[in-house]
Amino acid sequence: MAKRERLSGNEAVAIALKQINPDVFPAFPITPSTEIPQYFASFVANGLVDTEFIPVESEHSSMSAAIGASAAGARALTATSSAGLAYMWEPLYLAASNRLPLVLAVVNRALSGPININCDHSDSMGARDSGFIQLYAENNQEAYDNMVQAFRISEHKDVQLPVMICQDGFITSHAVENITLLEDKEVKDFVGEYEPENYLLNPACPTAVGPYSVTDYYMEAKRAQAEAMKNAKDVILEVAKEFGDLSGRNYGFFESYHLEDAEYAVVMIGSAAGTTKDTIDQLRKQGVKAGLLKLRVFRPFPAEEIAEALKNVKAVAIMDRADSFSNQGGPLGAEVMSAMYRKHLQAEAINIVYGLGGRDVTVEDMGEVFAELARIAKTGEAGDTYRFMGVRG
Amino acid sequence: MSNCTEIRWHGRGGQGAKTAALLLADVMFQTGKYVQGFPEYGPERMGAPITAYNRISDDKVRVHSNIYEPEYVVVVDESLLETVDVTKGLKKDGAIVINTEKDKETLKKHLNGYEGDVYTIDAKKVSMKCLGKYFPNSPMLASIVKVTGLMDEQQFLNEMRASYAHKFASKPEVIEGNMKALEMAMKEVR
Repeated sequence: MAKRERLSGNEAVAIALKQINPDVFPAFPITPSTEIPQYFASFVANGLVDTEFIPVESEHSSMSAAIGASAAGARALTATSSAGLAYMWEPLYLAASNRLPLVLAVVNRALSGPININCDHSDSMGARDSGFIQLYAENNQEAYDNMVQAFRISEHKDVQLPVMICQDGFITSHAVENITLLEDKEVKDFVGEYEPENYLLNPACPTAVGPYSVTDYYMEAKRAQAEAMKNAKDVILEVAKEFGDLSGRNYGFFESYHLEDAEYAVVMIGSAAGTTKDTIDQLRKQGVKAGLLKLRVFRPFPAEEIAEALKNVKAVAIMDRADSFSNQGGPLGAEVMSAMYRKHLQAEAINIVYGLGGRDVTVEDMGEVFAELARIAKTGEAGDTYRFMGVRG
Repeated sequence: MSNCTEIRWHGRGGQGAKTAALLLADVMFQTGKYVQGFPEYGPERMGAPITAYNRISDDKVRVHSNIYEPEYVVVVDESLLETVDVTKGLKKDGAIVINTEKDKETLKKHLNGYEGDVYTIDAKKVSMKCLGKYFPNSPMLASIVKVTGLMDEQQFLNEMRASYAHKFASKPEVIEGNMKALEMAMKEVR
């Protein structure tokens, strides 16, 4: 029986974690993700979970402790944002390269400077090459659903990689909205018991984690890591299918909204996709064939599937809530354009950097993006393919 | 979203405007609506102007932008009238509710010629009388519910009692005072 509720995005993730009842949760607080360990600490104090909650002195330590716990054979996770994520950079790579299943709940926030506490994707996009699987959410419901699915993906024997589940700081983390929750038992049964194959606390099979690798072996280890990320694609879809059967909510690599017959498409990640759906509804009433590809899975990057979904559009705007400072655009723009090139797509494509440091995105803003795409399609001139939205002149 | 009511709250950090917006989302959820309640933070400090928002709709709310053309505005701190354009984008057929002891005519010169309805409530008086301390958010929440007619008054009070019981589980002694503040504000807002 599904339970109708109203929760903020942070509460939603914390409740998913209560239902999962993980073994170890080391944490250090940072806005706007602080509420996740805060709510969870109250569950621990009230005896609702039997998790070992470890308050540590920094994010470097929270990730390191999660890594230690995972290596020992425990189901572990932590949460962070922004500078906290930046401070766990080194252990992020250790988690992925040592093939340790664990989950990191990221509440996306800009990186300094100027100092800013609000949403953009610079933090997790900066960690895109760390070897973590990355799932993004549009709203509290998707953050909850991704959290429920994360350990299944991470712990799968063909994957064994850490997973980041990301949601937009304040915009969804602090917004109270309607949500449908699964029953505790449904989540417990779905996630299941964690039974690691190799782990440090197994006296029957002594093993080493994180030893030195000479040149003779390093590249084979990295190749195996790349293979695991490749395998993650099938596993993400398998887990999503099973979750869909349980919840009635269906997930894939991305959500297509009126994309099938779209002439003009927007590709984006996160909460602004919901706003864009309202824009599309308005435009469709006027006969404009507008559509949206909202990316859920950024790592592994579903390049072929994205290109296939965009094959019939005339013009596409790829929207990045982070800049790469490459003088070419943001990370999503680079990867989507690369995917389109390999599929020999002829659509005009522009890359728009938007929403940095919490800069608001309105239905009207997205209307202007679609109007620009229509102009580009008509003239065949994309103009500057690296643009900014909503910057004062 | 023609059936979506949009409300903008202006307050100062520490006054509970955000909490009031979240409580409004909470009680409206109980009536079967789709709700959104969210804050917009500037600098994180006590006393800084903050804005909070509500969307209340019959349909699922997907939009995640701030609100620029609200039906209703709630001003939790009167001093903001001097520095913030609180009626910006406010619809003419909507209304503004202001926490003040002043009369409407005195206030109107601060409202940039706003032509819609103006309601006032002396939330300080209500709060001091019912709680013995100045917490304007409960009286302001009751006022906006009364002005919008979004839900039945008795149902609102019932839901709020349940909400407070949850929120103030560790200090139940403040529940009765807050309930009185809600009831008094509903009578006093005009």
